[in-house]
Amino acid sequence: MIEVREDWCKGCNICIDRCPVDALEESDILNRRGIRPPKLKEKNDCNFCRLCELICPDLAITVFPDEKEKKPVKKTLLTPVGGKTK
Amino acid sequence: MVGIKTADELNKKFLREGMWPTIFCNGCGHGVVLEYTFWALEELGLDMDKVIFSSGIGCSSRLPGYINADGLHTTHGRAIAFATGIKAADPDFHVIVFTGDGDCAGIGGNHFIHAARRNIDMTVIMINNFIYGMTGGQLAPTAPLGSIATTAPYGNIEHPFDICNLACALGANYVARWGVSHPYQPIKSIKEGIQKKGFSLLEFLAPCPTAYGRRNKLGDIKKHWAWYDNNTILKEDLEKIMKYGTEQEKEQVKEKIPLGVFQDIQKPGFFEAYEKLVDRLKEKESKPKGAKK
Ligand SMILES: Cc1ncc(C[n+]2csc(CCOP(=O)(O)OP(=O)(O)O)c2C)c(N)n1
Ligand code: SF4
Ligand code: SF4
Ligand code: SF4
Ligand SMILES: [Mg+2]
Repeated sequence: MIEVREDWCKGCNICIDRCPVDALEESDILNRRGIRPPKLKEKNDCNFCRLCELICPDLAITVFPDEKEKKPVKKTLLTPVGGKTK
Repeated sequence: MVGIKTADELNKKFLREGMWPTIFCNGCGHGVVLEYTFWALEELGLDMDKVIFSSGIGCSSRLPGYINADGLHTTHGRAIAFATGIKAADPDFHVIVFTGDGDCAGIGGNHFIHAARRNIDMTVIMINNFIYGMTGGQLAPTAPLGSIATTAPYGNIEHPFDICNLACALGANYVARWGVSHPYQPIKSIKEGIQKKGFSLLEFLAPCPTAYGRRNKLGDIKKHWAWYDNNTILKEDLEKIMKYGTEQEKEQVKEKIPLGVFQDIQKPGFFEAYEKLVDRLKEKESKPKGAKK
C-alpha cells in the first residue's frame, strides 16, 4: 500500500517517472495547490521497493509493504548510479 | 535498521512538521538530501540531543530549520566557522553542516579550506546545484563551463571548482560525491561521514529546476533529473574505462562528473590532537619542577 500526504505533494512527478515497474499515476484528487498527487494504478506491479518513498523531495510518500499479498519480485529497471536514463 | 521502518515514522521522529512543506520549488533536490540524512541518522541510532546542525544562507541552508534538533542558521558562508565553535565548546556533539555551493565554495571558501586542513571533526553536506538559487541564479564557482546564469548571460567562461578534489588535497578524512536519484549509496556514505572522526565532506549534486535548469534549457523536472544520471559516472567505472576502454568509450565518459568515495583515511582530527596536547602539558605540569625524567 502507498500513502501520500496529499497537501505535501508539489507534483514534481519524479515518483511516477522513476518507479521501476511503472506502478504510479496521477490521481483525480486536486490538492490545495491545485496539483494531482500520485496514486497506485488500479492494476500494478508494485513490489514495495520504496524508491518512490526515498526520492520524493517533499517526503510525501510512505510505502507499507503488503504482508499478505506476496508478489513475485520482478526484475526492476533500477539503474546503477551513472547509468543512462531516458 | 533500528525501530523505524516507514517514512511516516521517520518524519514523525525527525521532521519539525510545523515547518513542512518546505519553501523549496517543485522538483528541487534539497528535500531528498534531507531525507537521506534522516535515514542515515536513524540507522546510526544517534541520540538527537547530541547532534547539532549548522548552516549558512541559501535554499540549502534552510534545511536545519526542518529538523527536530538543535541548529544554527548563521550568516552567509560562515556555517563552518560556527560549527568549529560548537565543536570546541563541546566535542561530544556530532556537528553536521548543511551548506550550498555558493555558501561553501564561494563566500565561505576559506573557512572550508582551513577546517578541512585542520581536520576539524564535523560532517559537511554541501549541496551543489551549480548556482546561487536563493538569490535568483547568479553564477556559482561550481557551475560547469558554458552554464548560463544571470551574471553569465553568454555562458560561463570560468573553470569550475572541484570541491571534492580540493578536500582530498587538504587531507580531509572522508570525501564523497553523490547524486540524489539513487538512495542507497548516499545514505551509507552519510553514515560513514558522520561516524568518521575528523573532517568529512559529502557533496550532493542536486537539481535546481528554477534557477539553473530553466535558464540552461535542461527541460522539465523529469529531464532535468535525468541530466544528472546521464552526466555522472561512478568513479570506479570511470577508472576502468580510462584504463581498458576503447578510444570511443573514453571519449564518451571524459566529460562526466565522477561520483563515489574519493578519500577515506584515518588521520587524527584536530580535537583528538588537541586533547593529546592538553594531556601532555598536564602531565608535565604535575611533575615536580627540576625532577629528572
Ligand atoms: C554577506 C552576504 N552576501 C550575500 C548574500 C546574498 N545571498 C543570499 S543566499 C546567496 C547564495 C546562496 O547560494 P548557495 O549557497 O549555492 O545556496 P542555494 O540557494 O543555491 O542552495 C547569496 C549570495 C547574503 N545573504 N549575505
Ligand atoms: S515525488 Fe513526491 S512531491 Fe513529487 S509527485 Fe511524487 S509524491 Fe508528489
Ligand atoms: S514502492 Fe517501488 S514499485 Fe512500488 S510504487 Fe514505489 S517505486 Fe514503484
Ligand atoms: S531556487 Fe533552486 S535551489 Fe532554491 S528552492 Fe528553488 S529549485 Fe531549490
Ligand atoms: Mg547553490
